Amino acid sequence: MAFREYKIGARMFGLALGGSMCITLLLPAFDFASVSSTDVALDKAFTAGHETAFNLEDPFLLGWNKPLKITLKADPKTGQPMAAKEVYVYQTGTTFPAGILHPRILGKGVEELSVQQGKIGEAQKGAGAVFALAKGSFQGAEISYVENLTATKGWTPAVVMSVAKDEDVSHAGAGKTMFVREGCWWCHTLLPEQTQDWQVFGAPPMLGDFNGESPTAFGSDRKAPDLLHVGSRNSSREWMMLHFFNPRLVQPHSIMPRFDYLWGDKDASGQKIDFDKWRAEYIQYRDGARVTPPEVPAYSKNSEIRYLIDYMMSLK
Amino acid sequence: MLKYLFAKNEDIPEGSSAVYWGFSSIVWFVIGTGLGSFNAAKLAFPDFVTGNEFFAFGHMRQVHVHAVIFGWISMAFGMAMMYITPALGNTKLWSEKLGLWNATLWNVGLSLGLVLLWAGVSSGREYSDFPWVIDLYIALFMAVPLCINVWMTVINRRTQGIYTTNWFFASAVFMVAIVFLTGNLPEFFHLTGLTEAYLTWWFAHNVLGLWITPVAAAIAYYTIPKVTGNPLYSHRIGHLHFWSVVVFYSTPAAHHLMSAPLPEWLKSFASVEGVLILVPAIAFVSNILLTMTGKWHMFVENLEIRFTITGVLMAIPLNMQGGFQQTRAINWYIHGTGWIVAHAHLALLGFSTFLEAAAVYLGLQMILKRKLYSLTLGNIHFWLLLIGFTTYWVSMTIAGLIQGAGKIYEVPYIDVVIAEHPYMIARWLGGTMVFTGNVLWLYNMWMTARQGTVIPVGRMPHELAYER
Ligand code: HEC
Ligand code: HEM
Repeated sequence: MAFREYKIGARMFGLALGGSMCITLLLPAFDFASVSSTDVALDKAFTAGHETAFNLEDPFLLGWNKPLKITLKADPKTGQPMAAKEVYVYQTGTTFPAGILHPRILGKGVEELSVQQGKIGEAQKGAGAVFALAKGSFQGAEISYVENLTATKGWTPAVVMSVAKDEDVSHAGAGKTMFVREGCWWCHTLLPEQTQDWQVFGAPPMLGDFNGESPTAFGSDRKAPDLLHVGSRNSSREWMMLHFFNPRLVQPHSIMPRFDYLWGDKDASGQKIDFDKWRAEYIQYRDGARVTPPEVPAYSKNSEIRYLIDYMMSLK
Repeated sequence: MLKYLFAKNEDIPEGSSAVYWGFSSIVWFVIGTGLGSFNAAKLAFPDFVTGNEFFAFGHMRQVHVHAVIFGWISMAFGMAMMYITPALGNTKLWSEKLGLWNATLWNVGLSLGLVLLWAGVSSGREYSDFPWVIDLYIALFMAVPLCINVWMTVINRRTQGIYTTNWFFASAVFMVAIVFLTGNLPEFFHLTGLTEAYLTWWFAHNVLGLWITPVAAAIAYYTIPKVTGNPLYSHRIGHLHFWSVVVFYSTPAAHHLMSAPLPEWLKSFASVEGVLILVPAIAFVSNILLTMTGKWHMFVENLEIRFTITGVLMAIPLNMQGGFQQTRAINWYIHGTGWIVAHAHLALLGFSTFLEAAAVYLGLQMILKRKLYSLTLGNIHFWLLLIGFTTYWVSMTIAGLIQGAGKIYEVPYIDVVIAEHPYMIARWLGGTMVFTGNVLWLYNMWMTARQGTVIPVGRMPHELAYER
């Protein structure tokens, strides 16, 4: 009895579904592929590194395999002071972002300049590399491209790290991993809308702001302020610290969860953090039995919360 | 059931796999709605169970969503396919053994995936949150075996034509495999940027549009004629429904990203196609309601019909919302607000769940050949679901409108949070009713299997009077 009588139907079905997939997948793919990276996209992609969500190099989303963003204040070779310059340090073995592995992702213009003048093709994972954004001109227009400073100036990751102080180091890349893992994007968006929204939350992103980013983690469900530009609204690390430990310390009506577990076991001075005591004292404070809330422990410099706050500060 | 996993196919009693799928789905329903109610409590009272990452909202939300979509809804679909596909082909299921293994692989894979999500191991992409290893597993060990079983049963049928329900089943199991493999390309091949963002919503849209909606509708095409004894009102309208699903439902993925910087043509195209989803929706609803002609008393008297028709009636507001909320004129107001959460639950907890619940009620009674243990418990289940869902939907819709107003009038965010608080509590209460109803349901079905009155050979469950 087979399918004989359904031959036409089966073909029509193939045609309908295939046609639909052509229109909704193939055509947009051409459009997306023709978009060049903006400065925002380059900065985001090089800060966050290759992949931020689940991948084999960081299967438990602990912030492994991530670059560091360093604000250089002295020339790493000579030690002479210089105007602050932001560089992205990929230490030995750190996977490069998609734009280095497949330069065409950078888009027209950016690709050519980055390969020819920026020498990104010479970057090697085994040796690590230091990248920065540079300005160049392509067909008469001034655009940013990526420069491999290890190839052009001989600044290796080790040399750059040797002059960087801890306050110049941003772990924003690993911080984005925390952002994805902790599900911040179920409440916050990273996408001011193209409506009145932007008057409060800042400019909506543009078409070229995403090249090389994965995942984009826009968020679809907003129960809390948009965070795309939160670092320019609020750049106080202290406020962030209190707010993450317990949002109700600074905003009594907040429904944001506490993220005190991101502090780890030890505080900045290496003391064990007594969470039970803190919570008990906080309850006394909340119920009016104490005048001041308990002190929030300072986070250690390699704690997950430090990474997360670095990431918040990078959202300008 | 598990003892049959290594039995010969011929030795496995007919319907075993359907029973296994059916009970699994109810258990997932209880777990999934329990998690939902827990999440709702956290949004109402943020310090309820705090300071532990495993009970943080950001770790639990996606576990709820995936437990209900892939545990409850999809396994109820599996159950429906295991008994409806052969019944409509006047034949046996191609392989009971494959069916049993499929359900086992499904339970194992899903549990593993949910534990990973719970621990925060996520792809960071909404609805395709599972890491790509799990996505591959789902496509190859969950969707493909189901696809093979359904297709082989349809091919080996002993009827001339293929009935409407089976067109939908056969095409949906095929499409869901394609959707899983295509929608997760960004994870398999590390596609980035807008391609990743867009494919995330291409996946999300099509999993709803080419899997959940058509299979749920297909179930109603079976249950209503079967229980009322009326033939389907129109085979032609069924055709219209089927083809318009394939053409109009598979194309508007970009309407989920109306406020994102996608190419304008893509958004406009998606928006027009989105309104056209009203074609299959109207075809479906009218076809089912007209099939009821002369049998409306069963809407009151019969539990399966009551569930199905309630679900079908909920498809009306659902599609009216769906068709219009994605146009630019409306989307800018409600995008990203609780309105969308209400809409999502209208689709999944309202429309879809009610149809599947009927299929599971009916199927288990038919296969086990036992009459439902207690109508009273069934009635309580129905009303807890309906009242609980309605409370959820109304409160979240209001919360969404408040958020929308806050968004465009630039109200300080915290005032929106404060204004939403009562609705968050109402949502939690509503959701907890649904959860309670499901616990009763599990008990009721368990007792049906053990103590329900035996249905004589050649009789249908609805021909017997309820006893308790
Ligand atoms: C349950 C929802 C929820 C989750 C999950 C959540 N937040 Fe929040 N967040 C809120 C709400 C509500 C506010 C506004 C009230 C306040 O300031 O606390 C807020 C405020 C903020 C602010 C201040 C925004 C501003 O405009 O000043 C920052 C920064 C922030 N959250 C970061 C995060 C990060 C990072 C995470 C993940 C680790 C996170 N949030 C997870 C609900 C949430
Ligand atoms: C079968 C029944 C259910 C299904 C299929 C279902 C499905 C979903 C889906 C798809 C979402 C994501 C919504 C979105 O992103 O817009 C969601 C979120 C949610 N669901 Fe359910 N749900 C069900 C039952 C419940 C119940 C009984 C509760 C209890 C209150 C509940 C509470 C929640 C909560 C709190 C969220 C998070 C919403 C938010 O982030 O604002 N769900 N559910």
